[in-house]
Order: sequence, then structure tokens, then C-alpha cells
Amino acid sequence: MLEITQIIQQIAPDAQIETKQRLTITVRPDQLHPVIEALYRNETLRFDYLISLTGMDWGDRLGAIYQLSASVDLTQEVIVITSTADRDNPLLYSVTDLYGTAHLNEREIYALFGIRFINNPDMRRFLLNDQWKGFPFRKDYVHDPKLNPETVISSEIIDIAPRIMEKEGGELAEENVAVFGEEDYIVNIGPQHPSTHGVMHFRTSLDGEIVKKIDVHSGYIHRGIEKLCENMTYPQMLHLTDRLDYLSANINRHALCMCIEKGAEIEVPERAQYIRTIMDELQRISSHLLAWATHCNDLGATTAFIYGMREREHILDIFDKTCGGRLIINQNVVGGVMFDIYSDFQKDVKAFIPYMRKKLKEYDDFFSHNAIALGRMVRIGLLSREDAISYGVTGPAGRASGWSCDVRRYKPYALYDQVEFKEIVRTEGDSYARYLNRLDEIEESLHIIEQLIDNIPSGEVCAKVKPIIRIPAGQFFQSVETGKGEFGVFIESSGDKNPYRVKFRSPSLAAVSVIPLISKGAFLSDLIGITGSMDFVIPDIDR
Amino acid sequence: MEERSIGMEVNDIKIKAFPAEEFKDNDTLQRYIDELKEAGGSVIVGKLDQLIDWGRANSLWPIAFATSCCGIEFMAAASAHYDLSRFGMEVTRNSPRQADVMVVAGTIVNKMAPLLRRVYDQMAEPKYVVAMGACSISGGPFLNSYNVVQGVDRILPVDVYIPGCPPRPESLFYGLLQLQRKVKVERFFGNKRIKRYYRPETLINPKTGETIDPQIDFDNK
Ligand code: SF4
Repeated sequence: MLEITQIIQQIAPDAQIETKQRLTITVRPDQLHPVIEALYRNETLRFDYLISLTGMDWGDRLGAIYQLSASVDLTQEVIVITSTADRDNPLLYSVTDLYGTAHLNEREIYALFGIRFINNPDMRRFLLNDQWKGFPFRKDYVHDPKLNPETVISSEIIDIAPRIMEKEGGELAEENVAVFGEEDYIVNIGPQHPSTHGVMHFRTSLDGEIVKKIDVHSGYIHRGIEKLCENMTYPQMLHLTDRLDYLSANINRHALCMCIEKGAEIEVPERAQYIRTIMDELQRISSHLLAWATHCNDLGATTAFIYGMREREHILDIFDKTCGGRLIINQNVVGGVMFDIYSDFQKDVKAFIPYMRKKLKEYDDFFSHNAIALGRMVRIGLLSREDAISYGVTGPAGRASGWSCDVRRYKPYALYDQVEFKEIVRTEGDSYARYLNRLDEIEESLHIIEQLIDNIPSGEVCAKVKPIIRIPAGQFFQSVETGKGEFGVFIESSGDKNPYRVKFRSPSLAAVSVIPLISKGAFLSDLIGITGSMDFVIPDIDR
Repeated sequence: MEERSIGMEVNDIKIKAFPAEEFKDNDTLQRYIDELKEAGGSVIVGKLDQLIDWGRANSLWPIAFATSCCGIEFMAAASAHYDLSRFGMEVTRNSPRQADVMVVAGTIVNKMAPLLRRVYDQMAEPKYVVAMGACSISGGPFLNSYNVVQGVDRILPVDVYIPGCPPRPESLFYGLLQLQRKVKVERFFGNKRIKRYYRPETLINPKTGETIDPQIDFDNK
């Protein structure tokens, strides 16, 4: 890290460099792009993975926080912070030329904070309508239903994208470009469409049956969760994380709990760690089963859908008996877990493991080698390793492109450093690799559970925690591996009982941002299969 | 049949394997029946009415307007373990034109509201709406959000509310059985529909500021 400090000092001598838990660099807006580019191109360790991009409002200044990491070694992290005092027309430089994932993130920051990014090729608002008045995530925003009323009148979609480009001499030019060509034939897929797995809206231009271009519209389930969190105490926030990626509800909540525990320095009892890890793995299996079921359904195998849902019910029964919930189980709390396991828990889980193994074999027999399935998955939706990293596609999809990115391995939490498991990595990068990765990960999860289930120590399941938790001022980040990929929680605290800003790093947003790239040139019918293989959950994208 | 038109009580509505006493809410239905009685009705077509209602109540084809978490519970209810087809509702339609009941499962935000209304308008009469989950009833956990519609009954009329976050498949079934009972007291002839709860004060045109007639059919206007 010493070497990085030197590089930064050369480029931006007046940058503030702090080595707290992680290297944090604060720069002027005009130095942002050179600094990030230097990190990106750094020979010895390339910081080519933008974990998350967080918009900020510090009252007098508006800014952004860039969390960078190296794709070859996820333990390395650098934070770059920049801000501007101009609240009327805040401008920052875009990093879309380096990181593909920055594109949608910058558009989101524009919608929520009103910061525009110079050189981003398409600066429309993401998540909110073009007509939205005000920027809801700014601290001085007051919601007025008269300005932004609920209405049943739909608004036109305008395919004109404004942008600000920097010309050679350094002056800025505002431009408007058309998103689609004049002759393009456009169909709307979604937002209410059974195959988009929720309320996704792809404006797709077609050349016959071939997909030419996809314009991603989202925000049909933007609930403003991050903003809601700012007015809540820490324990109150927990239930909102479950409703982001509800298929990995327990794992999301685990991330937030750990982030709070990190900040407030709370020790979690051993027994709770065991329960958390086992529950997380059960949740991962159920998430992968649903992903498998819906993916097969997208490819026309309705029976597979019924099968996947059937096996999933066995896990939900275990959840149900533990804490009364099925989909959203409210099990993790700050300091441990809310409910201890029931007396037959081990018996039920141990009965489930061989059952699931048998079923995995069955899935393999009747679908994984089926000629139609192969024809619709092999070499379809190719995602290269470089693109996966640039767009931040993690999880089974990222690992199907040859990028070893399992958070459980690189940044182990709970008990993952004590169990033995294989990280499933494939290099083909097609739908089929993603499909197989999920099935193999189910097997690995079973293996992890096997190692833990008989050794659960006795003792407390929750540490003593005060009802009002205060976190010392500072920034905290914790990521976990959900069924979809790296999910992260960022908390900036000002020492109060509620957070100053919360940001969730969404693996689904990364997965959807890459869809236009990998389905270009594919058949329209394959587009559905590709989205199924990427497995995203919309409320996780919109938050 | 004469009885049915004139003197029907809640207990006369039969749902297979689910006695009337086991329904927690019988009062609302009784109120509807009283309203219908007051409006009067033809005695002669009573039998025909009964037949039509029987057919309708047992083949309610749903369209799932699933936006978030509750939609997954709807899927779970529709698949093998819970098996929605026991009630003649397994034919989930993806096209609103073929559906009888819309199950709104999930949060509805401002950006989605016009689309929800449009899908509703595309459904053919008679149509019913079930609000599944806290979100579609009132906004649920996101009540204070700047972007969440505080209940779908601000946009369209709702027949049955199913509380829960998410409601278990069992509660969904309970709600759908209640809807079946509601359908069974309807009268096709004489066009006496049951009044539905609806508070459309949000129907304001943002461009002109005018109030929109709630009866207007946006799809066919
Ligand atoms: S009611 Fe609860 S479970 Fe249902 S959509 Fe709303 S938040 Fe999700």
C-alpha cells in the first residue's frame, strides 16, 4: 500500500491520504479521474473492480465515495472520496470509461442527489421518472405530494439522453443524443411481464428476431429504502434489508447485523455464529433452487419449476419451525439471532441433505443434458472475464466467467474460515456455465452444513445489546456472499442513534447492467433465457 | 331460489370443506347481502344467477401483478406443495384480458401506479382485485417513503385485503375463499354488483391539476 500512496502523491500532491481500516484518499473533483485511472492501471495490483459507488450529501458539499478493489485479490480495498461545494449545478467526472458498472450507478446518483457526471454518455435519471422534481436523497429535500403526485396517467418515455461532454480544449458542452436510431423497431419487454422476473423494463430494438440494443429502465419498485433507513435506529433498519433481495433475505440481514456489530464492537456468541452460517447456507440453497426453477421455466420446462419449488418447501419448513417465517424469517438481530434452534433442527437438516443430493442427481438426469436445454444455453449470453469484472458481476454468474470472487473465501465472516468448501469456478462464461455453477454450489452448501450441523456448541444465542445502539462516527462496510453475489452494506455514522447515510451494494444491479452487452446479437427468445441465467431480483436493484 | 334472492344469509353460501362458521369475517359479507336485498331483485332469474355464480366462483383465473416479495409467496402457493388448483385458480394468466381476478402482490410505487391501472383497465368485466400483503394494503413497511403508493385502493377498487408481510399461502387461500363467497352472492341479472371499497382521491391529472373521473376507463377512452 506504501507504493500506492506514492503514486497518488505524484498525481495529486494535495490529496488527503489516511490509512484507517482501509486506505482512504480524499481528492478534489478535478483530480478524481486521474487518481482512479492510476489505481486502475497500477501494474503491481490493478484496482479494476468498482465495488460500489455511493452518492453523498454532507450538508455543505455533495460528493461520491468510490470503493475500489482488485479482481485478483478482493482483500485489497481502497476508498476514494471527492466532493463539490456547488449545490445548484454539481458536476463530477465520470469513470464509465474504466468501469462499466459506473454507468447505471452514476445515473442513479443523478436521480437521487442531482450530481451530473461529465463524459457519461447517457445522463438520464435512473430509478425515477424524468419528471420528478427535486432530489430525494439530499438532506434538504422535503417530500411534497403536490409536486410529485401519485397519478394514474402514464407519462411518455422519451428516448433522448442528455449528457455533458468535455471537449478537447477543456470546455464543457451539453448535448442531447437519441437513444435509438430513427428506423429502429422497438418493443417494450416489461415492466409487467412474466419472464422478466419482476418489474424490469427492457426497451429493446430488434432487427427481425435479433436483439440490436437494450435500454434498461428500472425503478418500478424503487421504495427509497436507503432514505428510510436514515430516519430509523439501527435495530429498526434490519427488517428493510430482508425486503431487498428477498430470496437471500437472511444473508442480507446478516450483512447489516455484522456491519452494525463491527461499528458498535459487539461480540457475537459462538452458537449464534453456527446458527447464522447454517441458516445462510440453507437460504443460499433455497435461492439457487428458485433461480434454477425459474430459469428452467424460462426455457420452457414447467415441470422443473414445480420440482424446484417443491424442494424449496423443505427448507422453508425448517425456517418455519425455527422462527415462524417462511420467506422472510427475521432471524438475525444485532448481537446474534432472535430464536434458538428447535430440538429437532439437526434431525430435520440431516434428513434434508441426502434428500437434496438425490434430487440434484435427478435434476442432472432430466434437464442438464437435455438437447433442447443445451441448445438454448451453451454458448448463449457469453460474458467475458474482463466484462464481468468491469461490470462488477459477482456470484455464480461472475464465477462462471472465470473470476474467482467468492466473498466467503476472500473476506471470510461468521464461520467460513473454519469450514472447507470448494469455490466453483468455470471459464466458459455462457448461460450453461451459470446454470451448472448454481447446481454445484448447492452441493457445496450441503457440504458446509454437514461440517457444522453436529458441532453446534451450547451457550447463548444473542449477546446483551442495549436497545439504542450508537455507532462511533466513521464509515463502515461489510460485504457477504448472497445467492446472487457480493452484497454490501455501507454505513456512514455521525455518532448518532441513526445512521447518516446507508448504501446497499446490490449484486443484482451489476447483473442487470450487463444484460444489454451480453444479449446483443442474440435471438429475442434467448434474451429471456439469458436474463433467467443471470438471476436478478428487482427490488434489490431499485432498493 | 326465491329464498336465495330475497332471504339469503351468510350461512347459505357454501364453500367446499370450509364451513361458514370458520370464516372469521362474516359481517362484511352479510352487509353486502343486506345491501343487495335492499336493492331488490328479480325472483325468476335467481336460479340462473346461482348457476353463473357457481361457475364463476370456481374458476377464478388470476393474474399475478407481482412486484416484489409477496409475489414469491404467490408462486409458492401456486406450485405443488400448496396447490392453488384445488380452488380452480391454477390457470394464472399472463394476459389481463383473460383474467378474472388481479392479485396485487407487492409494493406499488408512483412510477408503477399508472401501469397497474392500465392492466386493471385491460381486464374484462366482471373483474376482482385482491390486495395481498401490507404493501398493497397501505404501503406497509415503506409507508413513509417518498415514492410508495399508500395502498392500491387509491388507484383501483379492491375486493379482498390479505394482511401479512408476506401473507402465508394459507392466508392467501383464506382471502381467495372469501372472494369466492363474495362472488357467490352476486347477481348477474339486474346488474347488481357488490360495492367495493375505493378511495380514489389520488386521481389528479398532474399536467392540468384536474380531478379525473374514477369510472373512466383509461385503456378504451
Ligand atoms: S407486504 Fe411485505 S412481503 Fe409483501 S411486498 Fe410488502 S414488504 Fe414484501
